[in-house]
Amino acid sequence: MKLTLRDFSQKGDLAAPAQASRAVAPRDSRPTIVVGLGTCGIAAGGQEVYDAVVAELKKRGLDADLVSVGCIGMCEQEVLVDVVLKGAPRVTYARVTPDMVARIIDDHVVGGKPVQEWIAGTIADEFAPYRDVAFYQKQKRIVLRNCGIIDPGRIEEYLDRDGYRGLAKVLSAMKPAEVIDEVKKSGLRGRGGAGFSTGQKWEFAAKAAGDKKFIICNADEGDPGAFMDRSVLEGDPHAVIEGMAIGAYAIGADEGYIYCRAEYPLAIKRLNMAIAQATERGLLGRDILGRGFNFELHVKEGAGAFVCGEETALMASIEGERGMPRSRPPFPANRGLWGRPTNINNVETWANVPQIVLNGSSWYAAIGTEKSKGTKVFALTGRIKNTGLAEVPMGITLREIIYDVGGGIKDDKEFKAVQIGGPSGGCIPAKLMDTPVDYESLAATGAIMGSGGLVVVDETTCMVDFNKFFLNFTQSESCGKCTPCREGTKRMYEIVTRITEGQGTMEDLEKLEELAQMVKETSLCGLGQTAPNPVLTTLRYFRDEYIAHIVDKRCPAHVCKALIKFRIDPDKCKACLICKRSCPQQAISGDKKVVHLIDQAKCTQCGTCEQVCPFGAVIRE
Amino acid sequence: MPEKEVHENGPVFDPTPLEAILEKSRGAKGALIPILQQTQDAYGYLPRPAVARIAKFLKVPESKVYGVATFYAQFHLHPRGRNIVRVCLGTACHVRGGEAILGAVADELKVSPGETTPDLRFTLERVACLGACGLSPAMMVNDTTYGRLTKKRVAEVLKKYQ
Ligand SMILES: Cc1cc2nc3c(=O)[nH]c(=O)nc-3n(C[C@H](O)[C@H](O)[C@H](O)COP(=O)(O)O)c2cc1C
Ligand code: SF4
Ligand code: SF4
Ligand code: SF4
Ligand code: FES
Ligand code: FES
Repeated sequence: MKLTLRDFSQKGDLAAPAQASRAVAPRDSRPTIVVGLGTCGIAAGGQEVYDAVVAELKKRGLDADLVSVGCIGMCEQEVLVDVVLKGAPRVTYARVTPDMVARIIDDHVVGGKPVQEWIAGTIADEFAPYRDVAFYQKQKRIVLRNCGIIDPGRIEEYLDRDGYRGLAKVLSAMKPAEVIDEVKKSGLRGRGGAGFSTGQKWEFAAKAAGDKKFIICNADEGDPGAFMDRSVLEGDPHAVIEGMAIGAYAIGADEGYIYCRAEYPLAIKRLNMAIAQATERGLLGRDILGRGFNFELHVKEGAGAFVCGEETALMASIEGERGMPRSRPPFPANRGLWGRPTNINNVETWANVPQIVLNGSSWYAAIGTEKSKGTKVFALTGRIKNTGLAEVPMGITLREIIYDVGGGIKDDKEFKAVQIGGPSGGCIPAKLMDTPVDYESLAATGAIMGSGGLVVVDETTCMVDFNKFFLNFTQSESCGKCTPCREGTKRMYEIVTRITEGQGTMEDLEKLEELAQMVKETSLCGLGQTAPNPVLTTLRYFRDEYIAHIVDKRCPAHVCKALIKFRIDPDKCKACLICKRSCPQQAISGDKKVVHLIDQAKCTQCGTCEQVCPFGAVIRE
Repeated sequence: MPEKEVHENGPVFDPTPLEAILEKSRGAKGALIPILQQTQDAYGYLPRPAVARIAKFLKVPESKVYGVATFYAQFHLHPRGRNIVRVCLGTACHVRGGEAILGAVADELKVSPGETTPDLRFTLERVACLGACGLSPAMMVNDTTYGRLTKKRVAEVLKKYQ
């Protein structure tokens, strides 16, 4: 059934958002059971848990409201199962396996007594979840406000939490120019990497001549180690759709595309479902909310090329061409998709828009720092205790993110660096952990805000090898259109590879620096322009590691194969034969009751023995 | 040997699914990539006769279709396994032992990345991030993502796919 403006105004004044929702109270007389089935939840075995819940309920002849939600962000704790009973806070169980389900149902759902030892946290206030969990205490959830809370497959739950009220407000009471002004005043900057003012970009597209205009959502999320956009698309697709509809109204577009990478099948499915539901409700399509505004939205699947995240390459890809960047100007605002004025923003940028419109620009501008407003979602990964998705106010320090939110370093190893912004970003060393997270401060370290990937590394990561990893990525993803990037990334990769093999010279370091500068300054698109960032930052902050590889022929982190040896500690070896049996080179000798020994001439440093030894007797040196 | 429309060890080409895809795409803007995606879904790869037919349908040279198909990592010109295993070697998986998982899968299937098992049961590929970084190391089999992998879990997962 199509909605009208009255459906929104009946809830009261559009400017004063309603607070009613069923997220923390059961929808009816039945208990609610929630299973996290985002990609993370599924990867951790969520489907098996879901099936177990269905089976256990059936066995007991119980009826419950079984809901699946997207990511709440506690990846480390997946699979998550929530139980919501009338009059009690929503209780979340962590690391649930199918065999735990029966007890949760018996004790909690039936008996009303939560299983204390499995609880990860509770939600009392649905807009400030998990006040009892350290991971959430410094978070401020605007973009992620619905993720993991509502069922993304049901538009009603989005509507219940002020969904599409921003769009209703804009269509009923604001001129396009007023919307642009509001977004400009909010200080929102693009979350896709470059941090350009969103309002200004909209203004360019609005002012561009042409009667047909397009809106695009960049959901290519190509940076390895980043999954903010995926989580929003899976957990709250309507927020992105509503943001796009508002943007389309502001710039005068009537058609839009969401370009989503093919590696995200679940996100694509949820988006298509959400678009169908929004269209059915008259929130997309023709004459939206009876206000004469038309907006049609399509999902385009990416086809596996990192460079297609670059805006001009992305548009070429939608047009069915090879996804190669072209030089700008002309900018997409003037000549974009099929030559028409086009405005392209990132998923997270779009998801901010409904909240800004609804709560006002001054509300938003009060969050963050002078030049970086609002929040940023980060994907915390690598050697950190609480991997996950965290939305924090701009201006918080890296230390607060890594220690207070992320819980510090895994296995109590020594923290070495954080890689921020993916292959176009840089490595920030431990000593700069008090850097505030804002666009300018991060740029000053040589890194960038980037899309939001934060990969934490400890003493077990070799920075030279890590740099080689990024160069391998960029050289294989370079589209090959311009020479500095195509050849330069390859040469840099070769030099760094040589260094990891113990064949580098000190002149190589100079050559590397020179090449990096050249590629940065002369490449056509952002891929080439930023590919040197990991090189330059590791050279700046971890030069001693390069020198150790070159001069002492030593890899301080014991990672680079050509520079390490595996040895068995005779005091720890229990002569169990396990390593001997699994060594692919037959390089290990020993017998029952005879301490084992590695023949260095035969060993290829494959590391198998280290992995299989149950007693930690194999050491690297 | 008589000439046949057979691509390496691929099956004889049946144009019916392709014609249905083309019919649905008639008149659509920027149809090439979606057509290639659906064709690959239907056949498992892009058979040579299909490429020729698509070029003719869209009134573009075959070289253009090949140009697009070879640009994107997603498209394949050779038959692939019934199940596609993609092991993540993205940053987060890299620092948490993704290489070792790739090695374990390769050992288990006895193929190298980029190869298909002789019985066409599996094709092994690398991927640069599945978005399950919080549960790294991760891999994807067809459309399902698996995280927190260990050598043992890899073997269990692969067993499920025939
Ligand atoms: C190589 C390369 C890859 C990119 N990948 C992405 C991406 O995956 N997602 C994204 O939103 N922006 C990406 N960008 C940035 C886009 O070109 C563009 O700046 C962005 O979508 C604009 O949206 P925003 O203003 O909301 O940030 C990439 C840029 C380059 C140069
Ligand atoms: S900088 Fe690299 S990716 Fe960008 S156009 Fe040039 S070759 Fe292609
Ligand atoms: S590192 Fe590999 S080759 Fe060397 S001894 Fe251990 S298992 Fe054998
Ligand atoms: S696996 Fe470990 S304990 Fe067993 S023989 Fe090898 S080194 Fe010794
Ligand atoms: S809980 Fe899904 S983002 Fe990890
Ligand atoms: S880096 Fe492996 S899933 Fe993202």
